[in-house]
Amino acid sequence: MTATTDPAQGEARADERPLQVRTPPRSRRHTLGRVGAYVAATLLALWVLVPLVLITFVTFVPRERVRDFPKTWWPQEWSADTFLFFWNSAGVRPALWNSIVIALMTVLMAMAIGAPAGYALARFTFRGANAYRITVLSTRAFPIVILSIPLAVTFLIWGIADTRLAVALMHTALALPFVVLITSSIFLSVSKDLEEAAQTLGCTPFQAFLRVSLPLTLPGLTAAAIFTFVLSWNEVFAASILTLRNPTLPALVLDALTVSPLPFQFAAGFFLMAPSLIFLFLIRKYLLGLWGRVER
Amino acid sequence: MAATDTPDRTRRLGHLGLAPYVLLLPSLVFLAVFFARPMVDAFTLAFEDPSGGFGLEPIRQMMADSRFGEALRTTLILLVAIVPVQFVLAMSMALVINAKLKGQSVWLYIYAIPLAVSELAAGIIWLSIFTQRGWLNSWLIQTGLLEQPFDFLGYQNRGWLIAAIVLAEAWRATSIIMIILVAGLQSIPSDYLEAAEIYGANLWKRIRYVILPMLRPSLQVALILRTVLALQVFAIVIALAGASMTVLSAEAYKWQVTYRGPNVAAAYAGLILLLSSSAAALFLWLLPASPRSGRGALNRAARPEPEREEVSR
Repeated sequence: MTATTDPAQGEARADERPLQVRTPPRSRRHTLGRVGAYVAATLLALWVLVPLVLITFVTFVPRERVRDFPKTWWPQEWSADTFLFFWNSAGVRPALWNSIVIALMTVLMAMAIGAPAGYALARFTFRGANAYRITVLSTRAFPIVILSIPLAVTFLIWGIADTRLAVALMHTALALPFVVLITSSIFLSVSKDLEEAAQTLGCTPFQAFLRVSLPLTLPGLTAAAIFTFVLSWNEVFAASILTLRNPTLPALVLDALTVSPLPFQFAAGFFLMAPSLIFLFLIRKYLLGLWGRVER
Repeated sequence: MAATDTPDRTRRLGHLGLAPYVLLLPSLVFLAVFFARPMVDAFTLAFEDPSGGFGLEPIRQMMADSRFGEALRTTLILLVAIVPVQFVLAMSMALVINAKLKGQSVWLYIYAIPLAVSELAAGIIWLSIFTQRGWLNSWLIQTGLLEQPFDFLGYQNRGWLIAAIVLAEAWRATSIIMIILVAGLQSIPSDYLEAAEIYGANLWKRIRYVILPMLRPSLQVALILRTVLALQVFAIVIALAGASMTVLSAEAYKWQVTYRGPNVAAAYAGLILLLSSSAAALFLWLLPASPRSGRGALNRAARPEPEREEVSR
């Protein structure tokens, strides 16, 4: 799926270069370039990591120290106090439960609806396939804002306003284009010939899918499901518009931003961020395969 | 595309002719109900007179809104500031990844981390840096650069407020562009870069004359995606600026939730959509992915397989 070059091949090519290009000054410049690349890599990594460390530092200090100023670079006292203050605040745990249930519902619906479409795109040549792909792709260029406002009105009419189902349906609409394109590329990575071989050995097309393609694509499909979960877990605009008394965690935190004290805000930021990091770590192998592929 | 089916293939899939359509059907129905219909509804709402008929009242109300001008201006300023910063950062990250350093996959994972961080969490993370008793002020005072903590996020310091939002948004949303660019870079055959290097092209020249032209399809898709996202920046602004600054999506939110005015909210949403689609059209027109056809990006994106060969040829 990804076109990484074989390092051994790269070496061989380097040896075939004309002699004059491998003179000492050149290779010195090359070493310098390598060092420069490591310096750049480290600086960029610090740019990403330092803010994450800083929010962790202000979350795990005693609550009365959160507003300490000036701050010391290393917290002088560690404590779960600030975090527990957030955890025990009114509404946090019900909102967390809402977030989890909505994310799971979104995963179920988006995979159930999107994966068959992805499979069709990967396995069949049919009239309209390209039109369908372009339609799905272009839906990604539409802002969430334009969907959530009319849907809030619609859900009111349907009598499901302010329910988990309403938010999950909205999140499914957001995740569906991703799921279709991601699963399509996952199914493409398993050769169609394998399924056809199973069919010549007496499997029905469905059995062939179940016994051949599904086991081979399961890790990729799991990654797609995890990605969908994170998408729903992180989404705040639609969730805030569509919920009033049953907010998701991001909706609750957004609503509390202007009125809550800093310790609550910081702990909330940390708590929203932490699960996503774990999930990203689980699907790290698929980073380029999923996003790189889909975005193009 | 489908018309080129060979007879043999058609026969083989004969009894399955309907299968792909059956598999696509649920997603089509879902997209119709939860994508197409709300889009139509949004425009109906935005052009609905109080009496219920067609009219420009919501649009007029939106434009008469005291913060409309500010919201539009701030959104556009943020867009213009965020996108270039992100492209420089993402390009640097992608080039570092492509340099095949030791631990390449670790670097990639680190740079990708913000991909999983929500806009709201990113806003709060950067709030801990920019707030008056935050990390930046602590550092500036400890190094003696400041005597008193500075109110970076205050209403009166608009420039700093915008800078903080740009940094936070650049921090959060650069990863996705980085990933697109890394995938694009990997599709450039290494011979091209080696040849350029042998002929003495320095890093800048390699970027300018080899990498950028060959990355054009990736750049185009990334630009469109980024612009659309920057036009709906929301939670990061609320977290960092509170009520001191407003953007289009925040106004839409306010009209929907606080003022209970879905018509005006829909008008704001329609404006965001209008801006997004004009930006997308502009990029498709300015940066045709292939010289032959102006609508390359979507077609390319729609055909994952053959595209790679086309690029490498």
